[in-house]
Amino acid sequence: MRPLPSISDDYDLVIVGAGPAGMAAALAALETGIERVLMVDREVEPGGILNQCIHNGFGLHYFGEELTGPEYAQRFLADLLDHNIDIATDSYVFDISPDRLVTLMSPEFGVRQVTAGAVVLAMGARERTRGAIRIPGTRPSGVMTAGLAQKFVNQFGMLPGRRVAILGSGDIGLIMARRMKLEGMEVPGVFEIMPHANGLNRNIVQCLDDFHTPLHLSTTVVEIHGRDRVEKVTVAPVDEQLRPDMSRTRTIVCDTLLGSIGLIPENELSLRLGLRIDPTTSGPMVSSTMETSRDGVFAAGNVVHIHDIVDFVSQEALLAGENAGRFITGRRPPADNIKLNAGVNVASIVPHTISSDREHTVYVRVRRPLEKSWLRLGDVYEKRLRYVVPAEMVSIKVRPRFLEEFHGDILTIDIVPRHESGKGEE
Amino acid sequence: MRNGPLSRREHPKARLKGALCAHCRVALSLSCCEREAVMVKDVVIIGGGVIGCGIARELTRYRIDVALVESEVEVGFGTSKSNSGIIHGGHHTEPGTLKGELVWAGNQRWVELAEELGFGFRRNGDLTVAFDDAEVETLECIGQQGTDRGIPGIEMWSAPRIRREEPNLSGDIVAALHGPTAGVVNPYEACFALIECAVANGLDLRVNAPVTAITKDTDFFEIVAGGDRIRSRMVVNAAGVHAEAVARLVGLTEPAIRGRKGEEYLLDKRLAGIVSRTIFPCPTATSKGVLVIPTFDGAIMVGPTAQAVEDLNDVTTSAAGSTTVFDLARRLVPGISERDCIAEFAGVRAVAAGNDFVIGPTSVPGFLNVAGIQSPGLTAAPAIAELVVEILGNEGLDLSLKTGFRRTVPRPVHAASLSIAELADLATSDRSYAHVVCRCELVTEAEIRDAIKRGARTLDGLKFRTRAGMGRCQGGFCTPRSMKLLAEMSGESMADVSKRGEGSWIVRERDQLQDQEGGAP
Repeated sequence: MRPLPSISDDYDLVIVGAGPAGMAAALAALETGIERVLMVDREVEPGGILNQCIHNGFGLHYFGEELTGPEYAQRFLADLLDHNIDIATDSYVFDISPDRLVTLMSPEFGVRQVTAGAVVLAMGARERTRGAIRIPGTRPSGVMTAGLAQKFVNQFGMLPGRRVAILGSGDIGLIMARRMKLEGMEVPGVFEIMPHANGLNRNIVQCLDDFHTPLHLSTTVVEIHGRDRVEKVTVAPVDEQLRPDMSRTRTIVCDTLLGSIGLIPENELSLRLGLRIDPTTSGPMVSSTMETSRDGVFAAGNVVHIHDIVDFVSQEALLAGENAGRFITGRRPPADNIKLNAGVNVASIVPHTISSDREHTVYVRVRRPLEKSWLRLGDVYEKRLRYVVPAEMVSIKVRPRFLEEFHGDILTIDIVPRHESGKGEE
Repeated sequence: MRNGPLSRREHPKARLKGALCAHCRVALSLSCCEREAVMVKDVVIIGGGVIGCGIARELTRYRIDVALVESEVEVGFGTSKSNSGIIHGGHHTEPGTLKGELVWAGNQRWVELAEELGFGFRRNGDLTVAFDDAEVETLECIGQQGTDRGIPGIEMWSAPRIRREEPNLSGDIVAALHGPTAGVVNPYEACFALIECAVANGLDLRVNAPVTAITKDTDFFEIVAGGDRIRSRMVVNAAGVHAEAVARLVGLTEPAIRGRKGEEYLLDKRLAGIVSRTIFPCPTATSKGVLVIPTFDGAIMVGPTAQAVEDLNDVTTSAAGSTTVFDLARRLVPGISERDCIAEFAGVRAVAAGNDFVIGPTSVPGFLNVAGIQSPGLTAAPAIAELVVEILGNEGLDLSLKTGFRRTVPRPVHAASLSIAELADLATSDRSYAHVVCRCELVTEAEIRDAIKRGARTLDGLKFRTRAGMGRCQGGFCTPRSMKLLAEMSGESMADVSKRGEGSWIVRERDQLQDQEGGAP
């Protein structure tokens, strides 16, 4: 990235984060005709986490072809560079005030404050750590998150260890299981406390099964051993309440333990802004235009809720960027009139409100897997779903015609087993 | 292992001619008495914890040669980095003990030390709470104990006052004893600052130097530490949990040191302000219990447990410890939850027989024990250092003050504690103050570089000096950035960077792992 010689004091739109969400939001915002856009990223190059995801599998939905992470990012970046946009990399947004005064710092231009007509939050997510789940034992070197290991291997060309156990079956962990095998290292197993895998099914097949790496479900790491460097870990099966059975432990010799135990939306700035946060997603509550509880502050991507695939991040961010542009140009659509409510077997819903006069894509995450199910919007619409799991977000199009019979202001979404219903045949 | 002075041939400067060396009794030039060259010291301190570092700084006020040998790669890496970081108000400690004599003196000295050396210290006060009348009585005794000791401001608070001052405490608390003199400190920062000051005043610091043998001839001890042999007139054993092992090297069987482990759990800064004072339960005969501690940096920490351990290096945390700590902490502050935990650690207290400090000369002339320094050892540390100097004087060490003792070290900058205007101002002259390395704790490249210049050699050393990696993402973001700077400034590769020294490598080059046939690297 060429360094930005200077930044202005005043922008129509400031986008925090130049990952897939930030870049898509920037493109969509520029399409609305606004001109003064600043996109800020703390890394040296735009692209966000995609830059370390050198495996393929990105873009099937969005571009209809399979790309690597850097390729996917480059498509957006190439488009952006055709526009007039300021991109400040190696820069860090330190604060955003409620009246959208953005404080940022960079070795290029020092500490600066700029005003923004609107803001898009696109900070992504961070990984849950060992400390968060309080794994007992020693604290040696060699315990790290799967994403950090991925950065070391793919961006620095360094290896995190020789024999790598993986805790958690999140997608990054699965991808790293394969990466370590490809690098000639050993992966004695992936250990998942839940009775089902946490990553996409295609990653289980392509990253574990194809490499004969065992996935141990309902099993967790109960102790880490080694003073300076990991020497081994103790694993144990867990019961239905996820309590480990300490009479059935076994030892896994390894020098590295990677954690892939979940992502947490990165919402420090959202909290400083006093945004309303959804405790189930840990991200800001958003309207159907991806606007947060504060006027002119939009959010998209993993900062709002954790996505399984980047294609959906891009789609969501286009919506946020377009609406940020509309906000700035005074073409903000009327406020939403229906609040969505998580019902039976629904963990979270994004967006949190919709409007009955437009079509919306609504993302729903289930609590537990179901073979065959109905997705129900109150009692006005239902849709057959084949197979739902917590690891794979359900997306549905909610069209105005579904809601013609609906006259309330809170719409509950349920995802229930299909045999409970007399309606319809498979 | 040899005894006695070096022979003329063995002496590193044996080819020089001149006067007789006062220490080695080998005829040499005056340059021999750059004692560095032959490593002859007046005092060698064994152990670079807060006790050893504190003694080192006090001793460098005098015209003597002092060395400190530390087995770890940096000072403060033992029990000193893994304790509660609290400076006791002085009222909790029972009278009639050495602990009781030193705790209040130590407390008062921290104010001045923090001012001189610029580490994090704040007098936030403490509250010892009672849930019933029996506990209220105990608190009254503790309060009286403090007042008798001359500690100002101790008072009993009733429930309404508690609700007003600390609204997040349990509603079941009926009374609390307020000790305004209690404080919190970053103990590792204190170690680094003390040692930096001591080194600036001439201390010979040797890290990665575990002591494996000590012999004594008529006048000198010879200490084998790491690759070094150091001769010294006096030895101060401040080896913490290893003090017994060190004492055995000179044939002593005292002090007998047992380990008592304490687990601590650090919570997300989201909870900052849930309490502003350190909260103690009513102590029992055996324990001060699990505390809720607002650390100097604004995080909340809960702990410690107290568990006897056979292995003095056992710093494991446990599921049982976690359950105990959170259950007891929640009893004090119901808003505390495991969900907010970002890190956990454990340290081992060095417990001597009788539970008191063991400080003083031994049957081996010139060999002092400063051992059994458990709670309130951190609080007492500055007073312990002064006491040790006094004892060394009594034992014949010539204590004449030198001129030009430097009391202060440059105060490190912490970007997180600056206003935007202050940070902008710094960044105007040095852009690395605007380059964020650790985003959770807002640590800049300038701070990392400064810490490395001041002696940080490892990721843990950087973390304890700057807080880089101590926040909620636990190094996920800053680890490669810190490693790059460490590697760059030491002219090494990222593969040479370790978490805390030899053996704790973070990453390897491909060929380092792929070339090996089986076995752990």
